[in-house]
Amino acid sequence: MSRGRVAVLRLLVLAMLATLLARLWFLQVMDGDRYARAAAGVRIRTVPVPPLRGRIVDVSGRPLAANRTRPVVTVDAAALAHQPDGGRAVLERLAGVLGQPYRQLASKVRPCGPGVGQPCWPGSPYEPVPVADGVAVPVALQVGERQRDFPGVRAELRPVRVHPRGAAAAHTLGYVQGGAGRAGLEAAYDRDLAGRPGLRTVAVDNTGAVTGTPREVPPVPGDTLVTSLDVRVQAVAEQALARALASGGGTSGAVVVLESGTGRLVALAGLPAYDPGVWTDGVTAREYARLPLLSPPVQGQWAPGSTWKVTSVAAAARAGYDLGASYACPGAYRVGDRLFRNFGGADLGRMTMRGALAVSCDTIFYRLADELWRRGDQALEETARGFGFGRPTGVDLPGEAAGAVPDAAAKRARWRATRAESCRRAATGYPEQADRARAAYLTAIARESCRDGGAWRGGDAANLAIGQGGVLVTPLQLARAYAAIANGGTLFAPRAGKAVVRPDGTTVRTITPPVTGRLPASAATLAFIRDALAQVPRTGTAAGAFRGFPFGRIAVAGKTGTAEAFGRRDTSWFASFAPDPAYTVVVVLSEGGLGAEGAAPAARAVWEGVLALRGAR
Amino acid sequence: MSGAGPRRRLAWTPVLGGSDRVLTAAALALSGTGLLLVWSATRASGAPGGLSGYGGPGGYGSPARQTGAVAAGLVLMWLVSRCDLRVLRAYVPPAYALALLALAAVLSPLGTRVNGAHSWLVLAPGVTLQPSEFAKVALALALAVPLGELREGRRRPGPGAVALALVLAAGPAGLIASQPDVGTMLVFAAMTGGALLASGAPKRWLAALALGAAGTAVAAWRLGLVRPYQLRRLLVLADPAADPGGAGYNAAQARIAIGSGGLLGKGLFHGGQTAGHFVPEQHTDFIFTVAGEELGFAGAAAILLVVGVLLWRGLSIARRSASPYGAVLAGGVVSWLAFQTFLNVGMTVGLAPVVGVPLPFVSYGGSATVAGLLAAGLLQAAHRTGKAVQP
Repeated sequence: MSRGRVAVLRLLVLAMLATLLARLWFLQVMDGDRYARAAAGVRIRTVPVPPLRGRIVDVSGRPLAANRTRPVVTVDAAALAHQPDGGRAVLERLAGVLGQPYRQLASKVRPCGPGVGQPCWPGSPYEPVPVADGVAVPVALQVGERQRDFPGVRAELRPVRVHPRGAAAAHTLGYVQGGAGRAGLEAAYDRDLAGRPGLRTVAVDNTGAVTGTPREVPPVPGDTLVTSLDVRVQAVAEQALARALASGGGTSGAVVVLESGTGRLVALAGLPAYDPGVWTDGVTAREYARLPLLSPPVQGQWAPGSTWKVTSVAAAARAGYDLGASYACPGAYRVGDRLFRNFGGADLGRMTMRGALAVSCDTIFYRLADELWRRGDQALEETARGFGFGRPTGVDLPGEAAGAVPDAAAKRARWRATRAESCRRAATGYPEQADRARAAYLTAIARESCRDGGAWRGGDAANLAIGQGGVLVTPLQLARAYAAIANGGTLFAPRAGKAVVRPDGTTVRTITPPVTGRLPASAATLAFIRDALAQVPRTGTAAGAFRGFPFGRIAVAGKTGTAEAFGRRDTSWFASFAPDPAYTVVVVLSEGGLGAEGAAPAARAVWEGVLALRGAR
Repeated sequence: MSGAGPRRRLAWTPVLGGSDRVLTAAALALSGTGLLLVWSATRASGAPGGLSGYGGPGGYGSPARQTGAVAAGLVLMWLVSRCDLRVLRAYVPPAYALALLALAAVLSPLGTRVNGAHSWLVLAPGVTLQPSEFAKVALALALAVPLGELREGRRRPGPGAVALALVLAAGPAGLIASQPDVGTMLVFAAMTGGALLASGAPKRWLAALALGAAGTAVAAWRLGLVRPYQLRRLLVLADPAADPGGAGYNAAQARIAIGSGGLLGKGLFHGGQTAGHFVPEQHTDFIFTVAGEELGFAGAAAILLVVGVLLWRGLSIARRSASPYGAVLAGGVVSWLAFQTFLNVGMTVGLAPVVGVPLPFVSYGGSATVAGLLAAGLLQAAHRTGKAVQP
């Protein structure tokens, strides 16, 4: 290569190096201070852009949970922390403007963590914390414009969850906190409803002004959950429940309305309930502790009383008893050394199993249990399990209770666990009990438990046969068992969700209640039971409650239940179904008294409401 | 001069001379510095709201992978430096064909899109290859074939040879243009120019080609072939403050990072801008901003001086090369490294538009690292072959 050309290339390389070095010198040495200041001022913040949460609608598309934009005041906790007093002055000023106590405001802003009670902020510390929702526009403007008084405080429009139907189905819908569904359908279908958050990266200079958005990923809105709930039936159920509790003096109860043939939920009412709107403004620790968050239809457990007898009748059929044969219903029946009395001690003469269900004879079932127990036949327990009791139904709602079906193994296990305590009590008695008689009774039980409390005895079986003695069911479990009796024996895992639909209307997936089992009863047995239950509201225990009911238009069949609860008023039940509309309606009133007097009239009100809606259609 | 005796000679080793130690040292120093800077740029960030997701496939990449790439590159450099250029010459046509094929494959479904350009081939999940980097090596070798193998009695390439060289350059350049990768296209142009200059092609032709290239650029502009974002990059070059959040963002952040480094820098691993990941692509195309911030003017200038030394040695090799082939090859390689360095550092300091090219030897990236070290290996091969043939 010629000398000249090498020189040209060398010159080019030198020129390039000289240019770059000169520029570097200028940038770093001549102008370095300016850039150092800029570097100190520049901050990058990544702000998640919350997606619009999907709606929850009823079977006809009426909104149950939706979104509305409201002015929201947010506080940037990081900005407060940088202020000399940790932002106290700003928060105090803000508390005055918003009309909230300072302490409440301050507790909302602190991030959640171990040892931090509700309320607290579960989101990112670099994300503005909403402290007041739905503030009046003048307040929002005031906060937004007086930035010198309120550094780190912003007013913006944000979507918030609204419940157009008020408290309707509050437990079933659940709630949203920190962008995530925390209970009910909001939690069960959170993945569908949540959507995907976007991401906005903003460059902020040292004055706090946003100088650019170098990167923005838009959020993906959540899908809509179409439920099988019918807000009109829901309203009917809630009114009937509220009225029954008010007139009976009770405080808690539940109504379940289920499509018998499909396992779809039509209405779930539960009291005590709360206004789902409480979440949007944030809840204090005190308020939170008082919120009745448990859903009575799904998480409440009560002894089922006589509504349970359908399982005992099915067990009798399985064990070879002729359901149509005639059985004595004496005033009392002796099991071992204990006398078990009929309800009210009445001797009702001889009757078939149909009659035993219709007038709710107890002694026939005591005898049945005693005879089965003597034979070592576990038909009662096995049949009850076959009806789906003692384990969750698998409904699409979180936190479902399992209920309980006591049996020999369970009793033995519990006895082992408590034996030491029983024996200690057998020796020491109950000196702390003021009531001497009660103390003696408890001591006697402890003595017996210490000795051989683990044995499953005839008395236990007798109690089991009439839905007492440790049997617990949820209203939902009872409803789906009765629905199975109505539909010919199919047990479903009930579903409130019916379909997931994209915002553009296309269906993501449809939800079908899965079949989880079949009742351990023949078609003939089920027909027999249905026939017997049809008598109950006409001539049986619920005849009073259903006097004048238009059976010609809806052939409602059902069963009353009255369960003793120690030290409290009885639990009142009515479980019912009809062929058309093929609904199952279960009502429970805790401390509601007799099933015939509390729950049955409430169930009648629900059926009449359904009938009225039919007429309106 | 050669170490081995005549009887044990294999066809491809023993006539070679010793290697250029200064060149090797410069390449090693740059690679080592690169590793440190990549480590600094990719280390976990404690900055509030640190950005995630910037960068190529796999985000920030890892120093371990870069170490592996440097190691592989050094082995390849050593292997290539042990080759006799005349032996290497036999592999040029398949290498060139392979490079074209790989560039074409990038545009097929085998390729993957990163930051808007189809530049990568996915070999396996997590294993990617950037064929354009290896195409630079292939083109340097290929250009030397028509330009460096002169017919008996000629001192400079004829019109046929120059035309062939232009055709050889146009192939990969066209494929690169459709990725699109403007930076690599410019590097190809610079390489072609350097090789032509080194080959001794008549000045009139060179001038005509330069004019033609300028004319093409103007025509592309006039015909609207320049994409709007490319135009915007050119405009923000003049005034990055005009669009601080958009096209000027990288440039402005890079300038703040470098400028805040001052004379002596904030110290390795102590760059606040680096830790905050304010400069996108900081471990790859913008690695020089880490040097500027953490090592200051002293460190950044030192890096440039080492690059200068490497280029200087490369040109010495070109000048002393016994064969025109070696001279053209060295000329092409030096033009490649020099121009790419200028473009890369220039875009971080605001002297060149932001086009994605890595800083040779220093930037994160397996393909680029291996290609750069292969280039150094080619210079060594030219150096040693040249010595051996000298009387």
